[in-house]
Amino acid sequence: MADRRIRFVEALREGMRQEMERDASVFVMGEGVGPHGSCFKQTDGFCAQFGEDRCRDTPISEQAIAGAAVGAALAGMRPIADLMWIDFTTLATDQICNQAAKLRYMSDGQVNVPAVFRATTGRLKSNGAQHSGSWYSWYVNIPGLKVVVPSNPYDAKGLIISAIRDNGPVVYLEHKMLLNVKGEVPEESYTIPLGVAEVKKEGSDLTIVATGYEVTDTMKAAAMVEADGISVEVIDPRTLMPYDSDTILESVRKTGRLLVVDEGFRYCGYGSEIISMVVENAMECLKDRPRQFTAMHSTVPFSPPLEEYIMPSPVKIANEIRVVMGKSLEPEVAIR
Amino acid sequence: MNREMKIGLLETMLKIRKAELQLAVMFKNGKIPSGAHLYEGEEAIAAGVCANLRTDDQITSTHRGHGHCIAKGMEPRRMMAEVCAKSTGCCSGKGGTMHMFDPSIGVMGTIGIVGGGMPIATGLGLAAKLQGTDRVAVSFFGDGASNNGAFHESLNMASLWKLPVIYVCENNQFATSVSVKRSTPIEDISVRAIGYGMSGVTVDGNKVDETYAAAADAVARARRGDGPTLIECKTYRIRGHFEGDDAIYRSKEEVQAARERDPIEYWKNVLLGDGTISEQDFIDLNEKIEQLIAQAAQFADESSYPTPEDALKLCGGNPSLLVK
Ligand SMILES: Cc1ncc(C[n+]2csc(CCOP(=O)(O)OP(=O)(O)O)c2C)c(N)n1
Ligand SMILES: [Mg+2]
Repeated sequence: MADRRIRFVEALREGMRQEMERDASVFVMGEGVGPHGSCFKQTDGFCAQFGEDRCRDTPISEQAIAGAAVGAALAGMRPIADLMWIDFTTLATDQICNQAAKLRYMSDGQVNVPAVFRATTGRLKSNGAQHSGSWYSWYVNIPGLKVVVPSNPYDAKGLIISAIRDNGPVVYLEHKMLLNVKGEVPEESYTIPLGVAEVKKEGSDLTIVATGYEVTDTMKAAAMVEADGISVEVIDPRTLMPYDSDTILESVRKTGRLLVVDEGFRYCGYGSEIISMVVENAMECLKDRPRQFTAMHSTVPFSPPLEEYIMPSPVKIANEIRVVMGKSLEPEVAIR
Repeated sequence: MNREMKIGLLETMLKIRKAELQLAVMFKNGKIPSGAHLYEGEEAIAAGVCANLRTDDQITSTHRGHGHCIAKGMEPRRMMAEVCAKSTGCCSGKGGTMHMFDPSIGVMGTIGIVGGGMPIATGLGLAAKLQGTDRVAVSFFGDGASNNGAFHESLNMASLWKLPVIYVCENNQFATSVSVKRSTPIEDISVRAIGYGMSGVTVDGNKVDETYAAAADAVARARRGDGPTLIECKTYRIRGHFEGDDAIYRSKEEVQAARERDPIEYWKNVLLGDGTISEQDFIDLNEKIEQLIAQAAQFADESSYPTPEDALKLCGGNPSLLVK
């Protein structure tokens, strides 16, 4: 069982399928999710198995897709609204941030919104300025929303099942560069609790918190700096809200150093949150100032050399690690 | 339409067609870093509409916008270099296939967010009105986009304020894999104009004389100050949604039938039939444009990429954090 290796997108699909088999109130809707099975095949075969009522193509009407998910959720369904790219969720933010996030609170708990808003996130070779967003920190900033960013197939499945079963709205983001990555995934249904981090690699010199695709980049960087005698601990929060501050603090108390690696932007970004949380709670354990290594504060350009320039990469992260550890005198000089 | 205008329409359509087919080859050969949404078979819309526009008239367009740029007067090589992510492209490689601009000829943006160009065109029209000019704005968009709030909000506002905007819906029967029949419960999208108290018309988008005439009406109305028009152009998306999409969600027969309604063949035959051009004229024109596009492709291919640091021009980080 344990050595079955499948792609991220297959794991995600299997998680959704198992929930749809288990619970008739679960359904999917979005642009192209129907007979064609979604842009990246996330819902391949669902129409054949569940019918078009439970896997429905929608018009290009993001506000109505998200809002209809909210309404259906209020009335007892468990909708999965597929908004395709996180860049298009901007058209649905009223329904996600003002409605889904707040209705339970405003009603003093009389209503629930068990909806999942799914979208792809992050860069993928020259997707260009309007298809390369990493905007999870926007949603982290909204009380009432949970935000999930899996970094591997195993987590993709366990987290989508938890997201569907959760009684509140969850924003679930699938990194485009991870969709075809393979990993071990059990066939049976399982959940990963929202708000529990995973220590991807133990180490003693430096704690790196990385999310989404940057977990992959950071693991490569951590392997590179081993030759320099640097032992890195890598933590993947997996869910960005709620997030596992305990695991991060425990690690920083051990290593005394913190670097956050993020494909999003630094200003009021996810890295800023992690750093301020650590400074507020464990300042006395820090041997050096904490840092973050993010995408540069630029619209994502189309041309490959430009896009590569503003984005983190294993080599750049490894260099940053050496800087943090005082083993390099050549810090990146740039706005990050 | 005089002879020159008739031939002009043919020339524009040929330019667009050959540029798109050339880009398809370049995509196959790995010269384009991303996918590309091509416009083959829809050329009569961009050509017919833009033939009514002055250089100072402005347009917004979509992810499928290469043809609109050419029809509005962009040199094919600047468009193609942009698609190839080169420094010589119309946006120096920052924008790419989905994001092209050239304000000097009124290309105010091809927009990658479906529907996103419509409110912007509404604002272009508002500015024209506030500035007291008779400039007009045109928004090109798809059948799919007409189901987005942006469409409805824009039409209502433009009609309310009598803005000089022409909304050109390219009904190519698909939005990605979703057929218009599965997304839109009406036959003619142009009827939506009625609900906003504005003019709406449906034309055959593969007949450039029809698109030209409808746009001529609409542009005249807009310049007179009589408000916006919705023009629905029925056409067919010959290729996949983007290069690499095998489009298995529709039948070969359906695509073949659409190919037989080729807008360029149609117009060529009209011009041959009424004596505007001879077979030899067509061969000459075809050859001239083939050369133009071959040169454009070579230019795009041989141009250099922008230097990486260019990425940070215009970027908005906190200046005092520039150096760590
Ligand atoms: C707001 C938004 N939603 C979804 C998408 C993804 N998307 C890109 S093109 C497209 C289909 C557009 O169809 P249509 O408007 O008919 O234009 P066509 O591609 O047929 O020219 C979709 C859904 C997007 N880019 N923006
Ligand atoms: Mg369409």
